[in-house]
Amino acid sequence: MKILVCISNVPDTTTKITFTNDNSDFNEAGVQFVLNPYDEIALSRAIELTENGNGTVTVINVGEASTEPTIRKALAIGATDAVRINAKPTDAYFVAKQIANYAKDQSFDLILAGRESIDYNGAQVTAMLGELLDIPSVSIIKKLDVDGDKATVEREIEGGKEIITIPFPFVAGTAEGVAEWKIPNMRGIMSARTKPLAVLEAIEVKSLSKIVKFETPAPRGTVKLVDAAEPEKLIELLHSEAKVI
Amino acid sequence: MSVLVYVENAEGKFKKSIFEAVSYAKTIATQLNTSLTAISIGDVASAELENLGKYGASKVLNVNNEKLKSFINQAYASVIAEAAKKENANVVVLSNSFSGKGLAPRIGVKLDAAVISGAIELPNTDGGSFTIKRTAFSSKAFATVEVTAENKVISLTPNSYKVVEDGGSANVEVFTSENKDSDFKTIIKEIVRATDKVSLPDAELVVSAGRGLKGPENWGMIEELANLLGAATACSKPVSDADWRPHSEHVGQTGIAISPNLYIAIGISGAIQHLAGVSSSKVIVVINKDPEAPFFKVADYGIVGDAFEVVPKLIEAVKSLKANS
Ligand SMILES: Cc1cc2nc3c(=O)[nH]c(=O)nc-3n(C[C@H](O)[C@H](O)[C@H](O)COP(=O)(O)OP(=O)(O)OC[C@H]3O[C@@H](n4cnc5c(N)ncnc54)[C@H](O)[C@@H]3O)c2cc1C
Ligand SMILES: Nc1ncnc2c1ncn2[C@@H]1O[C@H](COP(=O)(O)O)[C@@H](O)[C@H]1O
Repeated sequence: MKILVCISNVPDTTTKITFTNDNSDFNEAGVQFVLNPYDEIALSRAIELTENGNGTVTVINVGEASTEPTIRKALAIGATDAVRINAKPTDAYFVAKQIANYAKDQSFDLILAGRESIDYNGAQVTAMLGELLDIPSVSIIKKLDVDGDKATVEREIEGGKEIITIPFPFVAGTAEGVAEWKIPNMRGIMSARTKPLAVLEAIEVKSLSKIVKFETPAPRGTVKLVDAAEPEKLIELLHSEAKVI
Repeated sequence: MSVLVYVENAEGKFKKSIFEAVSYAKTIATQLNTSLTAISIGDVASAELENLGKYGASKVLNVNNEKLKSFINQAYASVIAEAAKKENANVVVLSNSFSGKGLAPRIGVKLDAAVISGAIELPNTDGGSFTIKRTAFSSKAFATVEVTAENKVISLTPNSYKVVEDGGSANVEVFTSENKDSDFKTIIKEIVRATDKVSLPDAELVVSAGRGLKGPENWGMIEELANLLGAATACSKPVSDADWRPHSEHVGQTGIAISPNLYIAIGISGAIQHLAGVSSSKVIVVINKDPEAPFFKVADYGIVGDAFEVVPKLIEAVKSLKANS
């Protein structure tokens, strides 16, 4: 099997989000960047599927040179090789166009991505890639099993799940549950330094949108505490003051 | 020019989030001085379709054929894009549901449109520009996006826009599409739905519990409180990691992001990754025995106390509230 995993480089989940340049840019100062957790789980599944020499896993990132530690981490976890498209990603469409352009004549059986990037949260790249490559896309999946030239996946739906079979090639956006998290071991970390990482130039893409302003949610007022001996007062407040029940 | 809204049905019926999307799309149509058309795919009764007029759709395109009975995003995206072209629509609105997430980007590519997912407000069209607000950084921030593309696909976050009912009845028209065979490669084998429960992404009220509950055997009171309130149940990540609860209930940065009217957090500390998925809830209630728990800092109401004592009393209080109203 030949698998491509799309990986994004995002602020660590504990990051306090602030902005610069009159709130038009994310403030990267002091921020620790990591492999997007959903992409890490996608990568883990890709490695499980290709264990024992049963295929290859290429990781691809659209980003500037500063993302290379994240790419090396993916190699340390077990990816075979890596590609970086050298550009600052502007939006999901830009990213999907770059990845589709790379993947179009590489005949991957399977392309995996995360359910969403935890910075932009667009949940767009997966389905855009499917459309650009004219192949099926499925998201959000929590299970993926291979059976010959097709796969069976479990897709999340409101209040339940769908079990679907899809022939290769297709694109899938994964969430937790799809694999066991893989932690890089010493050998992985050592070999990651010498695994191939190709840097390719980006293609030109017409910009469709841009972020002009960021803001953080207004802080809530101070909490109104109700005595633990009288919890019924809380229900009363929710009913007549907050009017939510 | 016109606005098109995709109305997703759940077993033949429309949910509140769809009426929100129609109301929202109608207001955009009014802003742009044009009319609103809805498109429905699947088996929905005509009365249900005509009823969409109430929320502002003047016309409903009804696509009901055997091949399109079950949701295949690739095929549905082709139909919706085709309708958008025929209707000359340059704004397409959907609800940001699981299906909406699989559709919006594909429709966007087909229409060379900008895709704005998770919109939480009406667009601002002053002075000829088109800007729109959405959540980013797992609800830790909002981003205002300026759209330069002629066409726009907007998916609306459920529970972020009010349902407006002031229209009449919509005209229902049959719409036939020209799907190609390659749109139907995926096959849905089985759909498993827990029908007796309120689904978490749509829920207006959510009762959630964390590791403070000690073990899965203690969830009876959480379920009971949720049932009485008509709320969905949710949990923190360690709870689903330990298999006390299913992964589909896990909320937060790596779980589902929700914005219900009421979020009750019981025995949850309020870690930043948990808050990321729930902080846009309108009212937050925290029940925790530790007065220093970080969750109290972002709560509207709180009780410092033992969940095992407090929750049963809350259940009684809800019962008597219901009995008296
Ligand atoms: C990359 C990453 C992603 C993550 N994503 C998520 C996510 O999406 N969602 C998420 O929830 N977490 C996430 N986490 C985990 C998060 O950091 C916390 O560990 C987790 O939220 C804690 O869960 P908890 O509050 O249930 O448990 P704890 O932190 O153990 O808190 C239990 C709370 O219960 C209270 N308590 C104990 N007994 C009682 C009682 N009898 N009555 C009342 N209160 C009681 C305690 O005072 C305590 O505050 C993530 C972590 C990482 C590193
Ligand atoms: N810059 C990027 N480079 C490579 N893959 C990306 C990039 N951004 C997003 N992705 C992939 O697309 C998925 C969905 O991202 P998004 O559409 O931004 O929510 C992520 O989980 C990644 O797998």
